[in-house]
Amino acid sequence: MKNNKTPGFETRMIHAGTQPEPVTGARQTPIFQNTSYVFHDADHAASLFNLQTFGFIYSRLTNPTVAALEERLASLEGGRGATCCASGHAAQILAFFAIMAPGDRFIASNRLYGGSITQFGKTFKKFDWQADFVDVDDPENVRRALTPRTKAIFVESLANPGGVVSDLEALSAIAREAEIPLIVDNTMATPYLCRPFEWGADLIVHSTTKFLSGNGTSLGGVVVDSGRFDWAKSGKFPGLAEPEPAYHGLSFYETFGDMAFTMQAHAVGLRDLGATMAPMNAFQTLLGCETLSLRMERHCENGRRIAEFLEGHAAVDWVSCAALPSSPYHGLAQKYLPAGAGSVFTFGVKGGYQAGVKVVESCELFSHLANIGDSRSLILHPASTTHRQLTEEQREAAGAGPAVVRLSVGLETVDDLIADLEQALAAAA
Amino acid sequence: MSHSLAYTNKDLLAILQDTKTIAMVGASPKWNRPSFFAMKYLQEKGYRVIPVNPGVAGKEILGETVYASLAEIPGKFEMVDIFRNSAAAGPITEEAIAVAKKKGIKVIWMQLDVINHEAACKAEAAGLTVVMNRCPKIEFGRLNAELSWGGFNSGIITAKRRRVRLT
Repeated sequence: MKNNKTPGFETRMIHAGTQPEPVTGARQTPIFQNTSYVFHDADHAASLFNLQTFGFIYSRLTNPTVAALEERLASLEGGRGATCCASGHAAQILAFFAIMAPGDRFIASNRLYGGSITQFGKTFKKFDWQADFVDVDDPENVRRALTPRTKAIFVESLANPGGVVSDLEALSAIAREAEIPLIVDNTMATPYLCRPFEWGADLIVHSTTKFLSGNGTSLGGVVVDSGRFDWAKSGKFPGLAEPEPAYHGLSFYETFGDMAFTMQAHAVGLRDLGATMAPMNAFQTLLGCETLSLRMERHCENGRRIAEFLEGHAAVDWVSCAALPSSPYHGLAQKYLPAGAGSVFTFGVKGGYQAGVKVVESCELFSHLANIGDSRSLILHPASTTHRQLTEEQREAAGAGPAVVRLSVGLETVDDLIADLEQALAAAA
Repeated sequence: MSHSLAYTNKDLLAILQDTKTIAMVGASPKWNRPSFFAMKYLQEKGYRVIPVNPGVAGKEILGETVYASLAEIPGKFEMVDIFRNSAAAGPITEEAIAVAKKKGIKVIWMQLDVINHEAACKAEAAGLTVVMNRCPKIEFGRLNAELSWGGFNSGIITAKRRRVRLT
């Protein structure tokens, strides 16, 4: 486009990052199923290894198909750059790896997806990174938990599975005051429903496995950088602002400015952690992005219809879905997710653990599995599966108590989905 | 007086296509400095880059003799790329305006975070084109889709096939 006006979201979800391939003219993005790239000469190789020029060395660091997806996701989130990686869990390690040192701490919501709570609370301890879990519904809890070693605040825009919406604007104000980044997991909302950078977030992570890829085919993750955080000012982020010994004393922030985080996440993070996204998965996720807005509209519509059905059902105790006016998060959802509150939510079945299990096992159309954001509708009993590793208190805090059933509502005919839940609830009664 | 910092892709591309020789004020001989990165990259893309740095005048950076001032550079150059702070950009721009006709200078380009509206307005009044708060390396890479290889948001949306020169 000749002028500099930013094209609309739908245009970018199809075109961002994927100009026609210039050598062959291929219109769809080629799958560069390729490990390594030929240097022009020794000097070109040296420039690449010194990060003095743009280009490819080895697909553990960068790959053309993966780079196309990175640019597309950076564009959709309104960020400066993005780093794709093997999974959402890898994205979280990559994000923290750039900013944490042994002995450092970060504050995380106690209502995160159970897999994140386990990664942060257990595995991160092996790096001597300490997660302080707090109830972020009252942002003052976050302020009280700050310490001189706290290096980030981490929340989900829309939490999995409880229908919890974070007050991003209030949390980003606290992060700014403390001179630390606000990191937002935007997996459940996707950039179509919520754009955390517009509310002051500094980094965004995704499991691209979910709504972005959209068909349950391809694992992946991404860290998107806003490019707005000053990594040098506070002296708290030597990994980005101090000379990097592995690159002969180069300082990423001084040399690359607003591109520093994304350069570091590739040149140090992916280089040494090795959790690279496969080119084929990047291709599948690029395809998923092309229809994101259409799918999210239908996901949200089907989700809302099913939430309303469940709320009126005699065998259902409660429904926790931010799309419903009964939700304590309905107000925040209208502010941060005006186009819809997603399609993943929970409900409580009368009759406790056994009734929850029975509903899940009685469904014919909902698939009983541990994923979300598929075109198919999915059902799960978190207490016996995804949240099994947690303590009972942690499960309650995460909205995954014994009677809780989680749905990820897909794109099928909504009346068929309602009929399936109706017969399953009858079977469990 | 102020100068708009919004530049169209078309204008930036035209500047980069019309420029052949760049005088880089503040070029460093240290290989891990940002100016060295930019100079090496621009050389690889076919530009002649002449370093200006009084501290190392007479020595060489990347095969080019370093000069103490713009006036001392023999021959012509179309662009002055300022790798100094915003205050220093003032006198450098004044010097560029003074020798613009003799040296064939058409563009004053100030690097990222280098912004001097007063200098920009004077240069524009003298008929020069001004770009501020940008890096020619990053803009060249962005406009030629190389920046995208690193996962960066180039802001460029097009269904046109780029022409590549096959050698």
